[in-house]
Amino acid sequence: MHELSIALNVLDVAAEEAERQGGRVIAIHLRMGPLSGVVKEALLSAYELAREISPLADADLVIEDVPLVAHCASCDTPCTLESPQELRCPVCGTGTSRVISGRELEVVALEIES
Amino acid sequence: MNPPTRLVEVRQRVLKQNDIVARALRERFRAAGVYAISLVSSPGAGKTALLERTLSLFRAEFQVAALVGDLATDNDAQRLARSQVPVRQIITGTVCHLEAGMVESGLEGWDLANLDFLFIENVGNLVCPASYDLGEALRVVLFSVTEGEDKPLKYPTIFNTADLALITKIDLAGAVEFDAPAAHRSIAAVRPGMMVFEVSAKSGAGMDEWLQFLKTRRREFQQFAPAT
Repeated sequence: MHELSIALNVLDVAAEEAERQGGRVIAIHLRMGPLSGVVKEALLSAYELAREISPLADADLVIEDVPLVAHCASCDTPCTLESPQELRCPVCGTGTSRVISGRELEVVALEIES
Repeated sequence: MNPPTRLVEVRQRVLKQNDIVARALRERFRAAGVYAISLVSSPGAGKTALLERTLSLFRAEFQVAALVGDLATDNDAQRLARSQVPVRQIITGTVCHLEAGMVESGLEGWDLANLDFLFIENVGNLVCPASYDLGEALRVVLFSVTEGEDKPLKYPTIFNTADLALITKIDLAGAVEFDAPAAHRSIAAVRPGMMVFEVSAKSGAGMDEWLQFLKTRRREFQQFAPAT
């Protein structure tokens, strides 16, 4: 269970930017993939604890799920996969390890009241 | 009426601090020509036993050292110290994984240029270590025959971030009716094409293959390292 330290990292990254921008942060937008190693529900509850001891206590956490996309060598095209348990092209069935997206864990934007 | 809000683009990796330290470590390892290998598994899969055997077998030929992450005790480090190579414990306290900064501190005072291999044993955990780059050249995920053939399907992320899988305690395979083809299928599902070795630190089965693999990888790694 490392979601609490992830939540603190999210707040650190956001606080750093908020300081540059000024104003009250009301939301932190996060992009997260199924191969980020982080569980969304656990992160959301850890975040509720973490924000209380943070200067960004008013900021809600908004998580956007990034789809798992891999490159299929046989079809030579990107394919969206249903689950990280089966890295296999849904069209031709070829296994693929070339993950294009799905590992993301990034703060993409802040909503700031000005 | 609500006050006006503006949306400010950030685009920062949440773990950027860890990644910055990990990148610096990777550069140090490369400059020093030391091949760094991290081991991840659930508790009790046999990381320490594998490491003990590996260190003993490598000791005559190479300069090896190990950093060992543990939540609370230094029992593993004491065990490994019997291999008579430099071993240092990183006690993580309540933290369930190693971070790059802990590895950096753990290395203090060691002359990396004198090392050929550095092993980093992570805290026993198949979830949290997946997110943290430690600057290693090779990440090895272990699971033992006693854990069940579907372990990779339960923890796809750690298998996805690893470069090699070791099925450990293979000497017990018969006793626990381990279904090897099913285990290999599970690994192939979450990480198609992943290289897998079956080993036993106890009987020594598969150890030659594993050590040979490490030697080859280190040679390849050194071809890209600056001449010293």
